[in-house]
Amino acid sequence: MGAILVNLVGLLLIVGIVWWFWLGPKRKANKAMPTADKLQILVKDGVYEPDHIRLPAGRAATLHFLREDPSPCSEWVLFPDLEVSAELTLHRDTPVILPAANPGEYPFTCQMQMYRGTLILE
Amino acid sequence: MAKKQHSAQMVFRLSGVSCAGCVNKIEGAVRQAGGVEDARVNLADKTLIVHGKAEPQTCIEAVRSAGYDAEIAKSSERDQRAEQRAHEQQHYRQLLWRSAFALGVGVPLMAWGLITDKVSVNTLNEQLAWGATGLITLAVLVFCGGHFFSGAWKALRHHGATMDTLVALGTGTAWLFSMMVVLVPHLLPESARHVYFEASAMIIGLISLGQALEVRARGRTSAAVEKLLELQDVSARVLRDGKEVDLPIEQVQEGDQLRVRPGEKIPVDGRVLEGKSLVDESMLTGEPVPVKKDEGDSLTAGTLNKNGSLLFLAEKVGADTRLAQIIEMVKNAQGSRVPIARLADRISAIFVPVVMIIAVVAALIWFNFGPEPQAAHMLVVLTSVLIIACPCALGLATPLSVMVGVGKGAENGVLVRNGKALQQSCNLDVLVVDKTGTLTEGSPRLTDIECNGDSDELLQLLASLEQGSEHPLAEAIVSAAQEKELQLQSPSDFHAITAHGVTGIISGKKVLLGNSKLMHKENIPLASWRSRADTLAEAGRTVMYAAVDGELQGIIAVADPIRDDAQAAIERLSKLGLRIEMLTGDNKGSAEAVAKKLQIDRVHADLLPEDKERIVAELQEGGERVGMVGDGINDAPALARADVGFAIGAGTDVAIESADVTLMRSSLHGVANAVELSRATLRNIKQNLFGAFIYNTLGIPIAAGVLYPITGMLLSPIVAGAAMAFSSLTVVSNANRLRFFKPSEVR
Repeated sequence: MGAILVNLVGLLLIVGIVWWFWLGPKRKANKAMPTADKLQILVKDGVYEPDHIRLPAGRAATLHFLREDPSPCSEWVLFPDLEVSAELTLHRDTPVILPAANPGEYPFTCQMQMYRGTLILE
Repeated sequence: MAKKQHSAQMVFRLSGVSCAGCVNKIEGAVRQAGGVEDARVNLADKTLIVHGKAEPQTCIEAVRSAGYDAEIAKSSERDQRAEQRAHEQQHYRQLLWRSAFALGVGVPLMAWGLITDKVSVNTLNEQLAWGATGLITLAVLVFCGGHFFSGAWKALRHHGATMDTLVALGTGTAWLFSMMVVLVPHLLPESARHVYFEASAMIIGLISLGQALEVRARGRTSAAVEKLLELQDVSARVLRDGKEVDLPIEQVQEGDQLRVRPGEKIPVDGRVLEGKSLVDESMLTGEPVPVKKDEGDSLTAGTLNKNGSLLFLAEKVGADTRLAQIIEMVKNAQGSRVPIARLADRISAIFVPVVMIIAVVAALIWFNFGPEPQAAHMLVVLTSVLIIACPCALGLATPLSVMVGVGKGAENGVLVRNGKALQQSCNLDVLVVDKTGTLTEGSPRLTDIECNGDSDELLQLLASLEQGSEHPLAEAIVSAAQEKELQLQSPSDFHAITAHGVTGIISGKKVLLGNSKLMHKENIPLASWRSRADTLAEAGRTVMYAAVDGELQGIIAVADPIRDDAQAAIERLSKLGLRIEMLTGDNKGSAEAVAKKLQIDRVHADLLPEDKERIVAELQEGGERVGMVGDGINDAPALARADVGFAIGAGTDVAIESADVTLMRSSLHGVANAVELSRATLRNIKQNLFGAFIYNTLGIPIAAGVLYPITGMLLSPIVAGAAMAFSSLTVVSNANRLRFFKPSEVR
């Protein structure tokens, strides 16, 4: 009985991992604030918050990163498809200027790709 | 130049601010202070920006009157960096403390297990003793490793998994299993009643130690940008109302007149108004010989004034200076990705969940098919696989090498636009080089004047004629006449005939200067001078015929001297396996003479500007990877078309924009430096990627127990923790080795 239970838990864990990380529903993207307000992304505890950002395509935009994580992983944010990167100062707002781009999904990450986010231009 | 009038801006750092209410109170209080035009609080970074002519102390008092505190914020990037380094130092010490505390608990526990082998729970006393140990270990997990758990939880909520996830799962599982052994030992077979509290503490301790050392090592990877920032002076001596006043660099404006004394740094970009001096530009260009600066010459911020006092006009300040732009370019390039890292990027993206699945599968295999005690083996395998896997090494393999490589390039006067350019520079087949200004000085000089009568008289006539022309050859003739202090006269009826030459009237004489086509057109026979002209052309000179009043008087030859270092640079590039081809708008004879001297393989002469791009494209169609070197005057399209465009001598802005690599120094050695650097960086990246891949591909199966049939042992989670902690440190240290890169150029 114990053996079956352990195996069952193991299998459920595998299914759970596959579902949660790859197949399951993702969080909805945060809509950009009105232009007067700035869109701020908190860099803390291994995540960007918000990690999904929706912005209008074809217009340059500025994202403000506030880094609160002292670990070196969080020091850089990279938008590889937009060829944009920025070094984030600890406890400071760092504006990151993004060029106008076509509609699509543009991932942004830290250097080690542990911090992950997606910019959705539409 | 009109001076721009700016309303002064001051930035203050606030304390005690927490909500929108505080913002309104502070803004209201500061706006009422005398001299304040506008005040805005940024709640996110807790700063206050004040516009106006108010004294800083007045603003601080106003903030204090509202119940908060403020201080003047350090605004220069250098100060920010210093602050950043202080934070890093603090984080380093914090990690060391965490590590010391965790190892302080873990090491005695491990020693106890190794010496006594009493790590099982079979009696009530053992339950109590190990229960207390479990609580102490829990304190280690919370105080020293709490951030792993909070990070893992946050990432999980975002459907993500990070290194924190692996550490939290590994140490958490070991602790929970051990606590289960302590609380309900009877549920497990006697052989499996083993506790692993020491593993949890040791893993947290070792990983924190690894992270601390990594923080240290990573600080060194951005040393190059810091060196560039240090070039920026903090103050400048500005002439205000006839007096020299020391002002912070932020207050210097375009149009200000500045004084720089011997031994001082040039604070902003500008142009010399008065004085002569030698200026050391090696920190930006890599060029070791100081450059002579005279009235009208340009000065670059960050360079060092050697021996004379200079008065100069500020032309570019703040973020517009060349130094600021170099720093920005280096920072951008340091953060860019290299195409070679794509595979590592793809693997990194799915790495952690895949490792989690492998860990569960391995644990189940050990549980179902492994020897006794299966439960303990299952736990050891699960923990070891989770802990040994290192996504960081994989993720760090390329960016750190790029950071150090790009920074090292900047130190040697090689500015790389991005990681892609860095990668492509290392496997070029052909280097197409524009002759003028790259292989040659770019400023032609008069080399020969041969005539039937007085050569100075002829030179006087020809220079007088050429005064009106803007052609580089004309400049050479006029300069030669000026050197001889000949009196020039104004020409009348001056005509420049494209691709032929020039004509005009000087002192009533009709003077013609041009090529054989012009002479044929004017029915002037060349017979007497043709063979001499051919000889000079074969020697690489541009020859022109001079006729006065319809009679050929002589010939004049102009040559653009080959740069002193061109031969050595070409040899270096050939040794690097590059085939060199030369492009030039000059005639074939003089081009081939230069090519022969420099042992260049192929020459494309008589080209129009648009032909350069076509030639690059043709070479690419032949399957070759082409690098193009030019000064940017007519090269921008060809530079953009090439696989890697090298703009030499920091030429024009257009060239820098179209180039992948900008060479601050007007020497082909810069290209060789760039190629050598890119190869060293790519080699370093490959070593890192290879190490990270091998580490994970060997480490994970070993942790899963594939060596058990041979060794009869499973990998201890503690060893897995140590391996993981030091794998990323190895990557960082290897990237740091690039700091010792030195170009092979012999000076």
